[in-house]
Amino acid sequence: MTAVRTLLARPWIWSFIGALIVWLAAILFTGGYGAGGMITAALSLAVFMVIVGIGQMFVITLGPGNVDLSLPANIGLASAVAMKVMGGSNAMIAVGLVAALASGMAVGAANYLLIRVLRIPPIIATLSSSFIVLSIDIAYGRGLQIKPPPAFADFTNIQVFGIPILAIGGVVFAFLAGIALQRMIYGRSVLAIGQNMRAAWLAGIPVERIRFFTYTLSGALGGINGALLAGYFRGASVDIGNEYLLSSIAVVVIGGTSVAGGKANVPGIWGASLFLVLLLTMLNTFGVSAGVRLLLTGLIIVGVITAAGGQKTLR
Amino acid sequence: MSEGKSVIVRLDGVERHFGAVRALDGVDLAVESGSCVGLVGHNGAGKSTLMHILAGSGRADRGRIAIRGHEETAYSVARAQKLGIRCVFQELSLCPNLTVAENTRITHASLKGFGWRKRSAALIRAKLDEIFPGHGIDPSDVVGDLAIGQRQMVEVARAFTVTDEPLHLVILDEPTSSLDAHTAGQLLAFVRRAVDQGISSILISHMLGEILSTCDRVVVMRDGKVVATDTAAAFDRDRLVATMGGTRHRDKVAAVARTREETAVMVRARPRGQVAGAELVAHRGEVIGLAGLAGHGQTRLLLDIVRASTAARPGVTVGAPVALVAGDRQTDGIFPLWSIAENIGIRSLAGLKRGLLLSREREAALARAWQEKISIRTPDLDNNILSLSGGNQQKVLFARALGSDAGIILMDDPMRGVDIGTKLEVYDLIRDEARKGRTFLWYTTEMDELENCDHVYVFRNGRIVADLAHSELTEEKVIQSSFEEGAGAALRERAS
Repeated sequence: MTAVRTLLARPWIWSFIGALIVWLAAILFTGGYGAGGMITAALSLAVFMVIVGIGQMFVITLGPGNVDLSLPANIGLASAVAMKVMGGSNAMIAVGLVAALASGMAVGAANYLLIRVLRIPPIIATLSSSFIVLSIDIAYGRGLQIKPPPAFADFTNIQVFGIPILAIGGVVFAFLAGIALQRMIYGRSVLAIGQNMRAAWLAGIPVERIRFFTYTLSGALGGINGALLAGYFRGASVDIGNEYLLSSIAVVVIGGTSVAGGKANVPGIWGASLFLVLLLTMLNTFGVSAGVRLLLTGLIIVGVITAAGGQKTLR
Repeated sequence: MSEGKSVIVRLDGVERHFGAVRALDGVDLAVESGSCVGLVGHNGAGKSTLMHILAGSGRADRGRIAIRGHEETAYSVARAQKLGIRCVFQELSLCPNLTVAENTRITHASLKGFGWRKRSAALIRAKLDEIFPGHGIDPSDVVGDLAIGQRQMVEVARAFTVTDEPLHLVILDEPTSSLDAHTAGQLLAFVRRAVDQGISSILISHMLGEILSTCDRVVVMRDGKVVATDTAAAFDRDRLVATMGGTRHRDKVAAVARTREETAVMVRARPRGQVAGAELVAHRGEVIGLAGLAGHGQTRLLLDIVRASTAARPGVTVGAPVALVAGDRQTDGIFPLWSIAENIGIRSLAGLKRGLLLSREREAALARAWQEKISIRTPDLDNNILSLSGGNQQKVLFARALGSDAGIILMDDPMRGVDIGTKLEVYDLIRDEARKGRTFLWYTTEMDELENCDHVYVFRNGRIVADLAHSELTEEKVIQSSFEEGAGAALRERAS
């Protein structure tokens, strides 16, 4: 009983409960048909949200106003870079991944420079840089029709006992990110900056170095995500990352991370990603129209955040 | 009460519990109209909690509140305001993004329609001029840009402004802790004038001299109870300290006759405004005082030294790691979402590692060690930092700096809201740490604290205007150099 209560006190549990309910509703509708397949598909798609969601989480935790809006353009460019460098050859897979990572890191570092050197608010800086990156992507990837190397495409689809290998990698990555957040100096520094940037500076934290690292990390994760998406969907495209603008922020918030900064939650990002993907699956199996689907998605997200946000405030 | 003066506020058997902590344990209190009541007690004695209940921002678990003979059942901030009870809290409550005039409007709903900003500005300007002549604050200043002392002045002045609601009682919770001696004197004189005009006042302060000279009656609290109530004339400093409990008598600081230049120079810093000559020098093991009126460049120099500790800066050289004890703890010190232990450990993260990861045990051990050393009053170090009283939060900031690897400790008027008992303990701690080779730079506006320094630099308008060894230190000299005008300063600068 007490175990249940301590579990319920965790802010991330709600996103998993939400995912479970949505999944049950969907298989109830299909009469149990395709229950396992639904989870496999959800895991494959959720892992992409988890990767960018964790990057976004570190950025948002830096405090009010910090957000990375350049992720969609970044993902699009990195997917094109990866496909072009790999050139469909199995021998070039590693090089292509490194190139996508470098492209993402370059975008992240550029974001930080805009914020720091030109003193532009992050929301504007990352939005404007996303237009620039998008233009570069359009010019660079024009008419790009390169298929991923067969080994890379196969890798993104490998399953172990019905669990996609990417999802296993995603869980390991999330675990490491949780350690970095709670048990490493980097994570502590991010949490401190998000609560009180001036106090963090006066407590000897290298504030600007941490912010630079965080934006670069978010960019790097966007880059990796771009390469993986291109492998999974059999090719790069300019709009491959479009849905990650809102979903990267949504999974952070639903997962129990504070939008005001200083408080973050890694497990919640997995729960929230599964919830969002399964929600779409459920609405699709119900066969509702696109308009109704968007409306219901919005309402349900609001509902979950309200339910999970019943935290007591101190004083 | 017996002499027939009407009673403004009467509290009967008020209790308040925070979990296992009994913040208030059956408190009775009565305030008559036209009197000033002083409220004293150690950090965590329950003074601020009691005042929150009186101001309507806190709730009593048990007990009765009667205002002007009428028992209040649904008491709230709005109700208190309507009944003419105002409060100036220790944690400043102005909105930092608004101007002084706009902040004034917040408590005066009747300032509306065209030109409210102008009327609001006139209202607050008149009150500031009345209380703090020569305050240098413009009603169009944004509050966030003001120094902490100026914010405190605005807060106090706002509490005394009157439009359509009456004003009967003003609660002042440590109003002078962020003010220098000069403005504190102005405020206390004003409180006396207001009291003579029939406005009552409750004054909370750790400066016992202020309490004795300003108040008619004194109430002493200890561990959530009122332990003594008497006229101010019946108390003196020693009796107050004894009633508050648990502090030994203060020994005169034994000034160790030390020649400077004996040890290595740890800090050498020249204020930005200083053209040449005078600079601040601190040797290893010294306690250096930064004096002068509040906001005359002392904090700025301390921050420049913080900057110089990570990147080279012209005019400032630093010889060891630096840690700062913030005075403005809301803005410069506290991480409000974290526990007490996390707040202590943040300056020492590198030392708390075991392998690659931070060790919870080491963090807890560090916090426990310092909890004992400067007695932070809490049942559990894993509690949130905001569960502590203001003075205890300040102790956490001391623990953060002293528990770190820093060889140079900067203190930015750090004793705000700290009671006498703790102050004396911290003075001893500083002496001890200095003997072990740490260097202290201590900005303070209290003469008592300067007595603890080996060497004092007096600041005015961003410059060092006097350089006093412990043996030549007197209150007159400090005040004189703080106010000295034009000619003297020019002469001094040419001479140096």
